[in-house]
Amino acid sequence: MADFLRFMTCGSVDDGKSTLIGHLLYDAKMLFADQERALELESMSSDAQGERDYSLLLDGLSAEREQGITIDVAYRYFATEKRSFIVADTPGHEEYTRNMAVAASESELAVLLIDAVRGVRVQTKRHLRICRMMGIKKYVFAVNKMDAAGYSEDVFRGIESELRELTSEMERVRIETIPLSALKGDNVTLRSENMPWYCGPTLLDYLEDVQVEASDEEGFVMPVQRVNRFDGKRGLQGNVSSGEIRMGDEIVIYPGEACATVDAVNVSGENADEAAKGQAVTICLSEDLDISRGYVLAKDTELKCTDMLEAKLLWMDEEALAEGRTYLLKLATQCVNVSILKIKYGIDPDSGKHLAVKKVGKNGLACVDLSCHEDLVFDSFDKHRAMGRFILIDKVSGNTAGCGTVKFALRRAENLKRQEHDITREARAKALSQTPMTLWFTGLSGSGKSVLANELEKIMASRGMHTMLLDGDNVRLGINRDLGFNDYDRTENIRRVAEIAKLMNDAGIIVLTAFISPFEEDRETAKRIIGGDSFAEIYVSTPLEECERRDVKGLYSKARAGEIPNFTGIGSPYEIPKNPDVVIDTTEGDAAEMAEMLFGELKERFELK
Amino acid sequence: MIGTSNKEHLSRLESEAIYIMREVAAETEKPVMLYSIGKDSSVMLHLAKKAFYPEPVPFPLMHIDTTWKFKEMTEFRDRIARENGLDLIVYTNEEGLRRGLDPVRDGAVYTDVMKTEALKQALDKYGFTAAFGGGRRDEEKSRAKERIFSLRNAHHTWEPRMQRPELWDLYNTRLGPGESLRVFPLSNWTERDIWAYILRENIEVVPLYFAKDRPVVMRGGNIIMVDDDRMELLPGEKVEMKKVRFRTLGCYPLTGGIESDASDAEAVYRETCGAVNSERTSRVIDGDAGVFSMEKRKKEGYF
Repeated sequence: MADFLRFMTCGSVDDGKSTLIGHLLYDAKMLFADQERALELESMSSDAQGERDYSLLLDGLSAEREQGITIDVAYRYFATEKRSFIVADTPGHEEYTRNMAVAASESELAVLLIDAVRGVRVQTKRHLRICRMMGIKKYVFAVNKMDAAGYSEDVFRGIESELRELTSEMERVRIETIPLSALKGDNVTLRSENMPWYCGPTLLDYLEDVQVEASDEEGFVMPVQRVNRFDGKRGLQGNVSSGEIRMGDEIVIYPGEACATVDAVNVSGENADEAAKGQAVTICLSEDLDISRGYVLAKDTELKCTDMLEAKLLWMDEEALAEGRTYLLKLATQCVNVSILKIKYGIDPDSGKHLAVKKVGKNGLACVDLSCHEDLVFDSFDKHRAMGRFILIDKVSGNTAGCGTVKFALRRAENLKRQEHDITREARAKALSQTPMTLWFTGLSGSGKSVLANELEKIMASRGMHTMLLDGDNVRLGINRDLGFNDYDRTENIRRVAEIAKLMNDAGIIVLTAFISPFEEDRETAKRIIGGDSFAEIYVSTPLEECERRDVKGLYSKARAGEIPNFTGIGSPYEIPKNPDVVIDTTEGDAAEMAEMLFGELKERFELK
Repeated sequence: MIGTSNKEHLSRLESEAIYIMREVAAETEKPVMLYSIGKDSSVMLHLAKKAFYPEPVPFPLMHIDTTWKFKEMTEFRDRIARENGLDLIVYTNEEGLRRGLDPVRDGAVYTDVMKTEALKQALDKYGFTAAFGGGRRDEEKSRAKERIFSLRNAHHTWEPRMQRPELWDLYNTRLGPGESLRVFPLSNWTERDIWAYILRENIEVVPLYFAKDRPVVMRGGNIIMVDDDRMELLPGEKVEMKKVRFRTLGCYPLTGGIESDASDAEAVYRETCGAVNSERTSRVIDGDAGVFSMEKRKKEGYF
């Protein structure tokens, strides 16, 4: 039997989580004398009016005591003859759900408290759903405050059957239901004399004896954290996330699925013959392969390597999750850009029903399709936990905005294979005797992008080049007429333009685009779609004052009057390109002259013809 | 009935700490390990050596020296650094030193200037983006609430209500301008785990942890060692020899010892398993601002 257990307490606010753990520690004589003294002193000065307030042992932040609630997770450490325990006491308020999720992510068992008087509440169900999503397989339902319910068996059985219904669809989980009183101590560490009708274990008995099963994950997996270099060798360092590995084993390296043989194994700094799940290892291979952080070693199992996946998500950021947004995704030791392709449905925390939603707010649960900007090595969370869980990081604030678990790789990405045609892009370009590329003009509204692009196109056409000009307003009147000006629609607008430009480049045509494209990230996306070698960023740097003075379309005065929200330069930022291929300021000459100059510069930089 | 540390559990803690150190080495720009010379620092250094073996530890160690540490600590620090070929930075707040701040007379101001301020100055001076500390969640209630990777703003202050969620073993190391991380690889260790591990791995610690006859005075219920002649005796205080050891180490006039016969790691471990008081009782500096003194100092940038 494992000699340790990591568990958590959760449930709705005021269901008595902190009191339960406080009582457990106190009863089992797991407190130091000075902590016990402090408890007596603080209890006297708090609202408990001299009765011992066990929750004071855990609520460690001043704001928590002031408000009498738990805000963040508190960790407590104790050991009995049988086991060492790490217990995480979590906040019950909906506001602090994300902190509860933190504890759930690292626990093997959850003690979910239910107030005997008030019964199962929405927050109870929400916590249960989050615990399940985080992968907890063992639950104790602690029906608390039995003293206030007259130690009634009927009350307990009622709640028990409600819970049975709630958990009926939960597979492969173990559930124990215990009636207790955290305040009075019934069935916490000592069998209650007030509930002779209950024959099961006390909470502590159960926690000491519960089996934590060995993992049922398939094969050996180790994500590479870093590469150690010594004596001309490379040591691949990481923690084994499942299975075992021995010297001489054949392994597969993702991505790429190259094969190699394990030459040496080192566990926690000491040479060994083998290593198992959880151990910190350094592995040397007999083949000298170019492996770095983010690669994954595997044996006797198969991982996915693709760019689209469906996942369950818990959103934790103040700013809601919306389709089209881009985040950093961290999975095992990989970190890639990812776009929210589609919010398939939100999940109602109470009923579990699927909801049609456009956005997911803080503490919301949802099922989403994600599109990574490069291939990702992963697996479903059910099959390999470490390869199926991830966090999403907001690139601007740096905050951990959400977390999720992979349901499956989306077949679409795997099954849609690019059709290879006999007439290639190169052949089409050759027929037109030019090198197709996209000249991406970016700059403020009124900076002169369209005028400049138009002049440049005239010059190019006069030299026999085959061109196409895609202009902001024109595109929005046609193919993008369904899009507005919110963040998602702006991002989608640029994505579609980039895809169109790419198709035209494939057809051999030189494309000029004139879009404000204010965000670095969107321009990066366009560059990625079109291909870095075929993409030239032309920054029209006319200053805001000049653009506003010109105000060709009268938009600046409208924006200043507050009639156009999110107008670039006024209500919404313009991110200046960091490394544009060409910078051009239209205040320095007339459009035809500037276009001539620009053409000269482009000809020098790129092989246009 | 506080119990014992188990073998499997210790190995799990060891793997977790090594994983954390490797993450920091791989993902942060300029990490440093804060080395306080105490037992937790000794364990942390031992783990760092294991984590990167056979490479040398890939980041420097830094000690914030208040100049009031026990003599034996300073000697130990210099010897360990020399023997292990470590890149050790020793930083002292020269301004505070010039003003002659005294740990007993200046109390909270001394701690603020010579420890908290000194640490901020040193981190800024070298531009470290991540600093390992030996803090453990079992030490104190506000520590029990802190993440393993804890964000500090450009002023090095901590906002306990705005902590980043920390899911599974996926640590978010992304930083904005001026921001830095405090990383606590020993977060989940207890005092008992530390001693069990010192025993198991045969890690050398400062001899002050082991009982020996030492010159001490009784002051405010604490046993304070008279380590050098800078220590001014208060009226009625008398230096006497007592067999004492220390559970935590810091500035000697602020560190209370306990009477004990435990003169080696095994005896200390056994005593720790039966301890009746938490180890923080011997830290004089904790008591001065009430229940939330530690949280307050941490918000201000204390480790």
